[in-house]
Amino acid sequence: MSRRYDSRTTIFSPEGRLYQVEYAMEAIGNAGSAIGILSTDGVVLVGEKKVTSKLLQTSKSTEKMYKIDDHVACAVAGIMSDANILINTARVQAQRYTFAYQEPMPVEQLVQSLCDTKQGYTQFGGLRPFGVSFLFAGWDKNFGFQLYMSDPSGNYGGWKAGAIGANNQAAQSMLKQDYKEDITREEAVALALKVLSKTMDSTSLTAEKLELAEVFLLPSGEVKYQVCSPDDLGKLLVKAGVTQPATEAS
Amino acid sequence: MECVFGLVGDGFAVVAADSSAVHSILVHKSDEDKVMLLDSHKLLGASGEAGDRAQFTEYIQKNVHLYQFRNGIPLTTAAAANFTRGELATALRKNPYSVNILLAGYDKDIGPSLYYIDYIATLHKIEKGAFGYGSYFCLSMMDRHYHSGMSLEEAIDLVDKCIMEIRSRLVIAPPNFVIKIVDKDGAREYAWRKSIKSD
Repeated sequence: MSRRYDSRTTIFSPEGRLYQVEYAMEAIGNAGSAIGILSTDGVVLVGEKKVTSKLLQTSKSTEKMYKIDDHVACAVAGIMSDANILINTARVQAQRYTFAYQEPMPVEQLVQSLCDTKQGYTQFGGLRPFGVSFLFAGWDKNFGFQLYMSDPSGNYGGWKAGAIGANNQAAQSMLKQDYKEDITREEAVALALKVLSKTMDSTSLTAEKLELAEVFLLPSGEVKYQVCSPDDLGKLLVKAGVTQPATEAS
Repeated sequence: MECVFGLVGDGFAVVAADSSAVHSILVHKSDEDKVMLLDSHKLLGASGEAGDRAQFTEYIQKNVHLYQFRNGIPLTTAAAANFTRGELATALRKNPYSVNILLAGYDKDIGPSLYYIDYIATLHKIEKGAFGYGSYFCLSMMDRHYHSGMSLEEAIDLVDKCIMEIRSRLVIAPPNFVIKIVDKDGAREYAWRKSIKSD
């Protein structure tokens, strides 16, 4: 029955649903997950790298975290080739804004412009929606640190803590339980690692399977995007007590 | 002939302009307001070809409003100045506008500021500036009497000195002037200096 309506993105089903958009969201549910937490002195992004094959050369740089501008970064869950397109448009938008106003683009405006692009593909003829969810972490002078979460329909919202990708509902409810106001960046990192260790499928949590990035302010007032090195991440895992005994022994 | 000038004081900025609408040797009116309120905390004083001035300043004003409606936050004075310069620079390569602009504004974190944008899209952040024939007198008058951190009384006194000098030294001096200020409480008309009735 639903066959008649789910082959096109732009057509509502009799129940008022857009199947292709829902399927796109479903596709993200299979991707490696990512968690973002807003803290008093910064924003933390943690992502799970899916190791598809032992033979695959793991990327030297990050593969789930992308810097969009000096003051905004994002974590991705979903189809990477789709994400690359969106990340590119986001970077172009950010630079266009700086060109016009000689000021960094406010974070929400950047998120909104990207979500307008996503929305377009749920409405205009014959194209497939982007199978990507984002977590945006950023800082601007009007609203300070911000965390936004977006989905393939083009919806977005500001969050204190959010999860996308595989098992995001479990992660989200754990975050809801353990998040407290006035959390510091250090505590946020520990919380994110703890939540991810419990919601990930793999039994052992190692630095190779994770990525950690933070957005915070330097004492000079400059916004800093910092990716945690695998060594430091390993130490953090031990400190957070989430590394499996097996990997500690080896 | 035309004259727009402005200066930055302690916690405020002033923009003053003559108010004559002139064509050839004729004066059409002498209460033409050439200082626009761009938004709640910005002033845009413009001189140049009358049609271009009206068109371009209104275009900038509407775009600044649009930004505010879309994003819920106002543009900073610096951003508005850079935007204006950009629009003028784009137009310069196609159908140039003959307008010179003094943009004054007040930002909570930065305080008052004044920007100079001429018709070939030069942008400068300045403390005092002037456009038009009157600028020859205003600039030297301000060079002599301006100092940073002027009080409102001192600044208005200096503006009056400039107006006096224009009226007494310029061959075809405009009779009336409008003075507007912008400070933490917003942009507003401060006073008119009229030597002839215009209504």
